[in-house]
Order: sequence, then C-alpha cells, then structure tokens
Amino acid sequence: MTSYTSSNKNYSEILHETVTKNYKKRMIVNKLITAFTIVCVIAAIIPLGSILIEVVKNGASAISFEFLTQPQGSIGSGRGGVGPAIQGTIIVVGLASLIAAPVGVLAGIYLSEFAKEGVFANSVRFFNDVLTGLPSIVIGIVGYVIIVLSIGSFSVFAGAVSLSIIMIPIVVRVTEETLKIVPYSLREAGHSLGISKAKITLSIVLPSAKHGILTGIVLAISRIAGETAPLIMTILGTSLFFTGITGPVDALPLRIWRLASQPYESAHAFGWGSALVLILMILAMSVGLRFLARRRSFK
Amino acid sequence: MTSPSSKNSRYISSLFVVRKKRGDHLFYGLVIGAAAYTLLMVGLVGFSVTRGSVDIFLAEGIEFVFQSNWNAVEGREAFGAFPYIIGTLLSSAIAMVIGVPISLGIAIFISEIAPPRIGTPLSFITELLAAVPSIIYGLWALFVFRFWVRDLIEKPLYDAFGGYIPFFAKTPFGLDIFTAGIVLAIMIIPIISSICREVMRVVPDSQREAAYSLGATRWETIRMAVFPYVKSGIVGAAMLGLGRAVGETILVTMVIGNVIGPSAIPTSFFSQGQTLASLVANEFNEASSDLHLSALIALGLILLVLTMGINVVARLLVKKKIKASSGAKSQ
Repeated sequence: MTSYTSSNKNYSEILHETVTKNYKKRMIVNKLITAFTIVCVIAAIIPLGSILIEVVKNGASAISFEFLTQPQGSIGSGRGGVGPAIQGTIIVVGLASLIAAPVGVLAGIYLSEFAKEGVFANSVRFFNDVLTGLPSIVIGIVGYVIIVLSIGSFSVFAGAVSLSIIMIPIVVRVTEETLKIVPYSLREAGHSLGISKAKITLSIVLPSAKHGILTGIVLAISRIAGETAPLIMTILGTSLFFTGITGPVDALPLRIWRLASQPYESAHAFGWGSALVLILMILAMSVGLRFLARRRSFK
Repeated sequence: MTSPSSKNSRYISSLFVVRKKRGDHLFYGLVIGAAAYTLLMVGLVGFSVTRGSVDIFLAEGIEFVFQSNWNAVEGREAFGAFPYIIGTLLSSAIAMVIGVPISLGIAIFISEIAPPRIGTPLSFITELLAAVPSIIYGLWALFVFRFWVRDLIEKPLYDAFGGYIPFFAKTPFGLDIFTAGIVLAIMIIPIISSICREVMRVVPDSQREAAYSLGATRWETIRMAVFPYVKSGIVGAAMLGLGRAVGETILVTMVIGNVIGPSAIPTSFFSQGQTLASLVANEFNEASSDLHLSALIALGLILLVLTMGINVVARLLVKKKIKASSGAKSQ
C-alpha cells in the first residue's frame, strides 16, 4: 500500500476517480491487457511445442539398437552410436546423486530440526542460496582446479563431484522446506514418549515428508542430468566406454554439444537422437520415482 | 515457521532433562557435518576460482578487466575480459527486455484471469519448459530457431531501420547476440513466471474483492490491488532470471557466434559476440598455456562476482516479500 500513501490520496478516492472516468476506454484497456497476456502464453507455448516436435521427429529416426549400445564410428560416417555417452551419463549422474542426496537431506534436517538461530545456521542457509545461484561453468572450474589438477587426469570422479555441488543446495532447500511443513504435534508426540531426537527425526518426521523430499531429489537429478558446462572441464568426453573412476568418460549433453558442432548431417542426426534419449531418460526417471513414491507412502 | 505453540513446547522440553543417547550425538554429528560440508563447497568454489586466476592478475593486473585483446599465441600473449563482459551484459539485457514482460503476462493470465481449468495445465506446461535441459534449447536454437529469428525478426528490422539506426546496422546472420538474447529469454521465462505466479497467489483475495466492489475492471484491480503487493517480489524474480541468463553457458555458446578479441565488442544487435561463460566453454580444453588457462578461470571469477551480486540482491527481495505476504495471509 505504500505507493498510495505517498500520493496524498487514499485508495478509494483514486478508485472513485478512475471508476467514473470514461467507462468505454477502461473496458478497452482491460480487453487489450487480457489479449496481451494470452499472446504471452502463446508465445511461451510455441517454443515448447517446437522443441518437442523437432526432438521427437529428428531424434526418433536416429535411434536404433546400434545407436544405443555402440561407440561412435569414424567421424562423419554416420555409423555406430552413443553407447558410451549413455553409460557415462548414468555413471556420473548416479555417483553425483549418491554424494548429494545423503549430504543434502542431512543438511536439510540440520536446518529444519536442529539449527538454532545463530551465525552457523544462518551462514549455511545464506551460502546454500548463494550456491544455488552459481553458474554451472564456475562449478566446473572447481572440479578442474581441485580434482583434475591433483589427480592429473580428467575423471568421472571430478565430474560427479562438480555435479553434486550443483545438486546439494537444491536438495537442502527442498528437505528443509518439506520438513517444516510436518506438523509440530508429531514431534511432540514422540517427545512425550521419551524417544530420542534422532529417532523422532528418522522414524517419525522423515517418513511423513518422504514424498516431498523424493520429488525434490528427482527434480535435482533431472537438473544435473542435463548439465553440460561443468562436464567440459571435468570428464572431457571420449568416444570410449567407462574405464575407471579416475579416467575420462563421455556424457549425453557433452556428446550433443560436440555432435552439433560437426559439419555433417549424420552427426546432427546423432545429436537429435541423443537429445531424445536424454529427454526420455529424465522423463522416465521422474515418472518412475514419482510412481514408486506414491505407491510406498500414503498407505 | 515457528508458531508460538512450537516455541512453547520447545521451551517445555528444555525444562526437563532430556537424556541424550549415544545415537543422538552421532546423528547430531552427522547432520552438522553435512551442513558444514555445504559451507566447505562454497569455500572450495571461492578458493579454486581465486587460486586459478592469480597468474593472470599477476601478469596483467587489474587491466585484465578493461582490455580487449585476446591472443593465446606463445610469446605474444595478451588477455582482456572487456568484450565478454559487454557481451554478457548485452545478451542478458536483451533477454530481460523480452523475457520479463512476457513472464509477467503469463503470471497474470494464470493467476488472475484464467479459470483453474485452464490455469493449472498451463502452469504445468511452464514447469515442463523449465525442466528442459539448456543443451536441448541450444540444439533447437542452432538448427531451427535461429532461422526463424533471422527471417522473421532480424531481416525485417534490418530492412526497416538498418540504414539509419546503428543498432540494427549489420546484415543479420542468425548466429548473433540478438538470437542469444531471445533464446535466453525463452529459457528464463518459465523461471520468472512461476515465481511471479507464486507471489501473486499470496495476495489476499480481500484486496481484489475490495477493488472489484468499487467497480474497478480486472486490469485496474491487478494494477491497484495486486501489483503494489508483489512489486518487490517481481523485481526479485526478474533478478533471479537475470542471474540464470548471465551464467548460462552452453546455450549461448551454440548461438552467439563465438568471436574473440576486439571484434567481440558488439557494434550492433546483429553482431556476433561472446560472453564470459561461452568463451570459457569454448577454449577451456584447448588452452595452450597455463596463462591462457588462468585467464579463462579469471573470466569465471568475474562471472562469479557478477552472478553472486545479482543473486544476493534478488533473494533478499523475494524473501522479504514472501515473508511479509505469508504473514498477511495467516491473519
């Protein structure tokens, strides 16, 4: 309301003025604005529709058994597939999730259940927000400087750690928010039975927030599965299958980027095919985990 | 949220001696360790970016930020970040100018105009748009969208204004700062619009009812009863979107044209350009010397400072708004 107090007129005076002044003009303005908002909605839907159509149309024809399982043939030949990239994405994203999900959930539990107002809790909250907003390429630099330089080689491990840094703040956020919604009476019931706080948190509070936390984790995983920039400086991207945790590996987003910059039609077709595989993987995971979560909880 | 009752019971439970078990201490150690781990990650980010860019700042000094030469050839090395800072700011500015009004329009439509029957699926669709990885936006922009931009937007603008407005004076090619700006706008629209929708939703209905009952049209209601409430929330949402646009890497790399050196300073909207993030992505694996690598990491440092500033301001704005309005709601 601050904006009205400054103009020396109160709310109803302003309204009265505008309401009685030329009715027709006001209705036209109203219609125009409504039309504008509809145009905005359409403008947002067109790209989405076009992206989905193009990815499915161009991608479907590229996908075959060979495409999904074989390494890439010689450049420009249109032979082989993106098998290593699919495998690499699963390994790197899986490893990142194994690091980030427990750490994120535990830190979220700390913020919601244990943190008292203080410098430490506040700075965890604040820097967690800061971490959420960091550009992914900067996080790639961290993986490079800390891990790649010290191991001496581009590696799966560096990629997974970088992706986990992107994922942790999202999981922390979701866990904290979800746990805060759990009614306090549940915890009181536990306390009144003399159960220890760890037990209350683990077997009363956490299970009732499971659904929300899982959804958050899935969202975070689908976010990192599509990340490209940090992988450039950590896993490098090769045309070979997984060789070990300290060796380089390929990943779908990275492969799409490399394929798109090659001047061959066949490479572009592979790019679209990889994009379709990536979208399907993300979709399958979020649908699958959501289904699992729904079946297990709320019974 | 700590309601009075929860505070009370915390107080009561602190009156009694709660016997702590060993498992309790262990668990407390675990959660506080995890929280400390997130702080450690922030520390690592700061450390590694600073550590990595020490070399170039020793070699070039603060001049690095204002120079525009970029030469990695040994013996004639010269690095300057200026053109890429400009490229980053310009492409993000274009994204904001296009993206913010559209996001606002979408948010208004979903939260104020559309019946739930249409609004709910629409908000689902915008969420879906937010889940598309940026590499796929990039692929689509490179092979499909840039031709739309070139033929439907840039060519007409060039034909109409190219002769006398320098901003439009350059034969459009499709891979340029303008295209990058538009694709960035498409990418940040779902983010901005969903936050705007959230903050508009917490405006109490009594506000709208008051305006309607005085005879205001829908637009007047939005303008006078809703906007004053959500203004800072909208600014915050836009800033969060700006943070994303400034830091976006792969999408920009694919459509901005990737030029280096003084020619990367844009003279027109249709110039090929380069942003901080896209140059890092392009050259990181081909870095020919430690100094070159250090210059690239220093670009990351500038980007880090830029986005951190934007995000901190944005979060303060959004948080203040949501706190204030959720207080109003529970009255």
